[in-house]
Amino acid sequence: MDKVKTIDARGLSCPVPVVLTKKAVEQNPSSLQVIVDNVAAKENVSRYATAMGYNIKAEEKDNEETLLTLEKK
Amino acid sequence: MKDVKLTSMVKTSGCAAKLPPKKLEEVLKTLPSYKSPQLLEDFSGNEDALAYDLGDNRIMVQSVDFFPPMVDDPYTFGQVAAANAISDIYAMGCTPSFALNLLCFPSCLEDEVMRQILKGGLDKAIEANCVIAGGHTISDQTPKYGLCVSGFGEKDRLWKNHGANIGDVLVLTKKIGVGIISTAIKADMVSEDLKQQAIDSMTELNKKAKEEAQKFDISCATDVTGFSLIGHSIEMVGQENYSIEINSKNVLMFEGVLELARLGILPGGMYNNRDFSDKKVTYAKDITTNMIDVLHDPQTSGGLLLALKEKDAIELVKNLENASIIGRVIEKQETPIVVI
Repeated sequence: MDKVKTIDARGLSCPVPVVLTKKAVEQNPSSLQVIVDNVAAKENVSRYATAMGYNIKAEEKDNEETLLTLEKK
Repeated sequence: MKDVKLTSMVKTSGCAAKLPPKKLEEVLKTLPSYKSPQLLEDFSGNEDALAYDLGDNRIMVQSVDFFPPMVDDPYTFGQVAAANAISDIYAMGCTPSFALNLLCFPSCLEDEVMRQILKGGLDKAIEANCVIAGGHTISDQTPKYGLCVSGFGEKDRLWKNHGANIGDVLVLTKKIGVGIISTAIKADMVSEDLKQQAIDSMTELNKKAKEEAQKFDISCATDVTGFSLIGHSIEMVGQENYSIEINSKNVLMFEGVLELARLGILPGGMYNNRDFSDKKVTYAKDITTNMIDVLHDPQTSGGLLLALKEKDAIELVKNLENASIIGRVIEKQETPIVVI
């Protein structure tokens, strides 16, 4: 199995986290991880992933970081 | 002048750069109140501008507004910032007369960029018959521009942002969605045509809307800016004994903004606005998340939101291209706002 790609979107403001996710999703991976550190990035990446047909699992980390795991439906 | 990308120098832009309303509310309520008998309106009711009684039915209004760029072109940025600042005077039913510039400018940019920003502001002020008589500058990493604007009006015709009558309808004079489009421009996900439509809307003065509206009896008014259509509607309810029903199908929005919302192309300020309106809005079952997001989109230089009699509103919207009747003032409900 290929290693799951992880996008580090910490410290980036919208729309950059979504743009980075979009670029990765265009390669049509079966799964993808995105690390975000603010509500807008978390919500926007989740909205984008849902629209592209991915299930999202959000794992809250310390210091307001969230690890989003995207799995193709 | 070399090509500059002003938006690449900022984290938040336009009215979306406002501090979160919830945070602001919490801080302001801890400050002591100091008032003068001449002060008719101040920030306590989230009014668009202060209103100061000059006697003989004359009032002076004053407001200040400045923000980081939401467009790359310096001249356009100047126009948008000035139109947005001057709008607060129109939202009080008054006429702008004089203004002062506020400019934060990075030392790394050419003088011509500064000239273009100031020229954009000046041209809009001239269009509004408002003189700019100086200002204040600060050397800063992030460019920011705006105006402190003063205007005059009649005390008995002052438009407050609260005090509507049950049965009034609400007219919004511009389309919404410019916050989302500004975000989409940064993501390079918007057509040139849509970008231009948003710029045209943001640079348009609310002068005509105010002058047309003044032909009728306006019971209250505000302009829709950073706190979004929902946020400014909540302010319009304030402590009053009524609620506002917004008919989402009648709210004019730029083409494609619902789809951009679906794709998560939303400004951070939208989430602050949703946080602020939490528990203050009841949504009909068929209202989608995308629609709720668009209704919370922070607007830069948005339109006037006016409460007036339905028969007058029907006449008013005929004279304003992008205006529509978006809702009505109803008996008090469990929440200040109801969206259908």
